[in-house]
Amino acid sequence: MLETSGLACERGGLRLFADLDIALAPGELLRVRGANGAGKTTLLRTLAGLTRPSAGAIRWRGEPAGEQYRAEMLFLGHAAGVKDELTVRENLEFSARLAGLAAFDSHKALQQLGISRLASLPARFLSQGQRKRVALARLALQDATPLWLLDEPFSALDAGGIAGIGGLCAAHLARGGMVVLTSHQDVEIAGALERALELGS
Amino acid sequence: MADAFLLVLARELRIVLRHKGDALNVLVFFIVVASLFPFGVGPEPNQLRAMGAGVVWIAALLAAVLSLPRLFAADHADGTLEQMLLAPQPLVVVVLAKTAAHWLLTGLPLTVVSPVIGLQYGVPGDAILTLLASLLIGTPVLSLIGAAGAALTLGVRGGGALLGLLVLPLFVPVLVFGAGAVTATLTGINAGAHLSLLGAFLAVSSLVGPWAACAALRVALD
Repeated sequence: MLETSGLACERGGLRLFADLDIALAPGELLRVRGANGAGKTTLLRTLAGLTRPSAGAIRWRGEPAGEQYRAEMLFLGHAAGVKDELTVRENLEFSARLAGLAAFDSHKALQQLGISRLASLPARFLSQGQRKRVALARLALQDATPLWLLDEPFSALDAGGIAGIGGLCAAHLARGGMVVLTSHQDVEIAGALERALELGS
Repeated sequence: MADAFLLVLARELRIVLRHKGDALNVLVFFIVVASLFPFGVGPEPNQLRAMGAGVVWIAALLAAVLSLPRLFAADHADGTLEQMLLAPQPLVVVVLAKTAAHWLLTGLPLTVVSPVIGLQYGVPGDAILTLLASLLIGTPVLSLIGAAGAALTLGVRGGGALLGLLVLPLFVPVLVFGAGAVTATLTGINAGAHLSLLGAFLAVSSLVGPWAACAALRVALD
């Protein structure tokens, strides 16, 4: 479903990766590994369409990635996209509506992430880990979005949070979804067809 | 598409209403700048009446430049802007909504208080009406051009000062015809031509501004 051919990227004149061929089929997990600065985030941003590759192409369902790809892809980056002034529920509902979801159960999603009791609390009172959970609550809502691109989803989370996100990823893969994630922690994702990509080697 | 516009607009307004200081600062800045001029030029009534509209307009430009750097910066810093770029809705709708919110929170309030400033300068009633009309048509142009400038200077160190250098020259035509409309009324000429030209600026900037802002945002986030 997701294929790249000869993908290359440069940042500030420095070549991060070149000739990268990725093929990801439904139900598969791609773990992107690499030292700091190896280009993991750049690769994910390139796959999301935020950063233009210096060479190569991304194809989705056999077509060059375009409008349909954008609608079927979910990217969660380093920054949580959580606004201090809005409550937890308002933050989640805004990002879900912005992503084009019409009907959803935000309470259930917050419950799955273990933050439902914070729903009406302004986000400025949240800890780093709780902010991360608000951002990741979109995963519970967007289970129908085939491709998840997750940049360091486990950072700032406690053991329970990591297990919860691991479980969401496992369920998504079992449904036939695809996940690309970068992580420094080797979090076990049960029953996943795993591929690994080592950048900077 | 209308949904996305209202969604972003409602969110922007809600954020500012919970953080009233920002919007209030701009309005107070406008009033203070507009009230400083008599201290500098002296209390001669005819002179003040002649310069009143120009002072209001210059204060409006400065207030716009003061408020513009924040237009995209907060969303850029916390990652919301990324999600806006990736959303299935066209980015231009998001930019238009943010621009509309900017006008509702800066351009509109200062337009509403401008008659008071006008009275301070002894501007007569019919000229104050022209001032009100010119600000009503002209301040959205400031938000539209300003949005493109804010997007271009996003993430640049010292972006605020650069933004001023970039957009203030582009505001000059609006200033000339905005203040000119009031001067025309004061001298007994119909201000219709000036206001029509301001309307033309509004039409052009609403076509060009948001698209330019979109292109600049894509580059800023690359």
